[in-house]
Amino acid sequence: MLEKAIKGSQAYWIWLGALLVLMGIGLGCYLWQFFVGLKITGMSRDVSWGFYIAQLTYLVGVAAGGVMVVLPYYLHDYKAFGRITILGEFLAIAAVIMCMLFVFVDVGQPVRIMNVILHPTPNSILFWDMTVLSVYLLLNIIVGWNVLTAERKGVHYQKWVKVLAYISIPWAFSIHTVTAFLYAGLPGRHYWLTAIMAARFLSSAFAAGPALLLLLCLIVRKVSRFDPGKDAIRTLGGIVAYAFIINVFFFLLELFTAFYSQIPGHMHSIVFLFSGLEGNTTMVPWMWSATAIAVVALILLIVPATRRNLDTLAVACVAVIISSWIDKGLGLLIAGFTPNPFEGVTHYWPTTPEMMISVGIWATGFFLLTVLYKMAVGVKEEAAGVA
Amino acid sequence: MGVNRRNFLKIAGLSTLAGLGGRSALELLAPGELEAREQPLSKGKTWGMVIDMKKMDEALIEKCIAACHRFHNVPSIGNPKEEVKWIWKETYHHSFPGRENEFLSEKVEEMPFLLLCNHCTNPPCVRVCPTKATFKRDDGVVIMDMHRCIGCRFCMAACPYGSRSFNWGDPRKAPAALNPGFPANPEYPTRSMGVVEKCNFCAERLAKGQLPICVEVAGEEVEGAMVFGDLADPDSEIREVLREHYTIRRKPELGTGPNVFYVI
Amino acid sequence: MYDGGKIITGLVIGLALLLFPFFYTAGKAAKAPDPELTAKAKEAEKCIEATAFMKTEHMKLLDQWRDEVVRDADRYYTSTSTGEVHYKSLQVTCMECHSNKSKFCDRCHDYAGVDPFCWDCHIEPKESE
Repeated sequence: MLEKAIKGSQAYWIWLGALLVLMGIGLGCYLWQFFVGLKITGMSRDVSWGFYIAQLTYLVGVAAGGVMVVLPYYLHDYKAFGRITILGEFLAIAAVIMCMLFVFVDVGQPVRIMNVILHPTPNSILFWDMTVLSVYLLLNIIVGWNVLTAERKGVHYQKWVKVLAYISIPWAFSIHTVTAFLYAGLPGRHYWLTAIMAARFLSSAFAAGPALLLLLCLIVRKVSRFDPGKDAIRTLGGIVAYAFIINVFFFLLELFTAFYSQIPGHMHSIVFLFSGLEGNTTMVPWMWSATAIAVVALILLIVPATRRNLDTLAVACVAVIISSWIDKGLGLLIAGFTPNPFEGVTHYWPTTPEMMISVGIWATGFFLLTVLYKMAVGVKEEAAGVA
Repeated sequence: MGVNRRNFLKIAGLSTLAGLGGRSALELLAPGELEAREQPLSKGKTWGMVIDMKKMDEALIEKCIAACHRFHNVPSIGNPKEEVKWIWKETYHHSFPGRENEFLSEKVEEMPFLLLCNHCTNPPCVRVCPTKATFKRDDGVVIMDMHRCIGCRFCMAACPYGSRSFNWGDPRKAPAALNPGFPANPEYPTRSMGVVEKCNFCAERLAKGQLPICVEVAGEEVEGAMVFGDLADPDSEIREVLREHYTIRRKPELGTGPNVFYVI
Repeated sequence: MYDGGKIITGLVIGLALLLFPFFYTAGKAAKAPDPELTAKAKEAEKCIEATAFMKTEHMKLLDQWRDEVVRDADRYYTSTSTGEVHYKSLQVTCMECHSNKSKFCDRCHDYAGVDPFCWDCHIEPKESE
């Protein structure tokens, strides 16, 4: 089926070419980091995880978001999603591969990364994260590929594929729960030490993932002859709306516990994010922008007229993605390490090489996504007789 | 016609997966076999330390830090963001945040404290390490296996005391001006870039029956400034010091069981 | 053969490139590695084990020492041939006799094209020249 991805319009090849350029720059910067060390990033002894791990966390959420299409279709027979489960699965594949790349570039001794498999350590959440992500990747590849091949051949997929699809549903919940457990069990990091970390992660994932999927469906509608279906897109919009409301609600719960209890440990990181701590106000404009954008998203998603209109729905999805990215892909990590164990503040901001490596990985993910989507859309067009 | 291409690929793929997963499965299902070799030999000890702040002063603290860093070839990076330190100096406020008040005595306000890894009884860093590169020996020392560390820095996130440092660059390429004669100790290795390091309670010296070097250096100047011993032995000197003095530890409410005690 | 001309040309070029190293060095054997012992090593006459054993097993031995010292706190090695007890340390024990790394260790390592990363951390002995 990959032959569907090597025939495309000029715009298609220009897009892939641009992504390859970004991937090349990222690779070059990474080689520099490989030989000189992680000192070329903005990370420090105090803020020892930064942009890379933040992107990993955000992308695990996006990968888990695919389940919001798979669950209604396989468990509740919601036929409208039947057309786009493959798009959700392929998005999950691209997202998980980006996650693994972000781990690889963050690790200080990448040549030793097999040690996690050679010396399995069940008490370490990182071991389980690697396990669940790898299995999730395999599940999506196997299910996606088989379903698409069956569609191409005009037959129904084999029964065992459905079993794997069923397994992938709780598995999607598990990948993001385990990722939340990386943070939620660390004594001494009070911003993260909350029981609702996993719940916050899941709600943010189920808003951001389907939002991205929705935007991709709209793009697919425009650039190909495959129509994911207005019903599917509208229902996705509803899912994004509920998930995002819950996500914002959970954040407000955190604010209450922190500020009503007045416990310094609970408050300090949030104060750092929204008003600055010891003169460091790096995150302040970002967090307030995220708040404003989230309010816009909420309005557009809650008001039925703007949610039904595909243009305003698209704007709402962009807003959801931006505000959830600032919260998870930027604020979560930096505020977790601020203040440090000595109540001091160390400034962190990704350096240019760090950002270029990250952009390179995002480009890799989008490259993979484009190729997979081109393949899926090609097969669907062919099956519908409009190729 | 024999095996067709599709079936051949299926079998090849499955065998590869079985081979790769086999060892891990063995590890999980039969932990005894593969783990047995990794059990340390010394048993029954819990190494701990008491630092008597009444007997320490700034000069002695600096001596202890210099001795440790020289002995272990810890480089001076010259940049607080990337610095590597096994033992260091902090104020009371930074050492015991949450344990302060507005009306602290001037003496305590200005007193410099000597901080190091607490070699906790219930160490969160050991709990999170995905490769057991940091692990707790039977004698209580929380030690680093530099050969195995992949530099994921999960332990640095888990440690509530900020005791761990990462080699952001090659330690041998630290500024020469700040590290004359580096490495100072040819009998101890340096580290490579990309691994985490921290105080190891001078495990290599303990093996030879010697005290950790900070304790030895402090003891040469002021007797009893730092006491190192076996907390599990009720007749040890350290236990007697703990009976006679009120001591505090850093962040005990976190349940980590730190084994470095401070007499104020 | 369809496109026969192109295929045969390609094959010839490919084979030529593949076999080039063999033609280039034909008749010239690389000199066998010749590690030199220091005066101290010659005086000791034998390593912690027999020379033949050390030649084939020193890598595995060092690997085992690495785990035993750090993970098992087992720092002393009893030689199976002489019964002598040695402190398990590349830097301190091995390099005490074989302090001429560039004329000893490197000779075979360079020949075999191996680059053990032990020296990233373990300090090489200072050589006088």
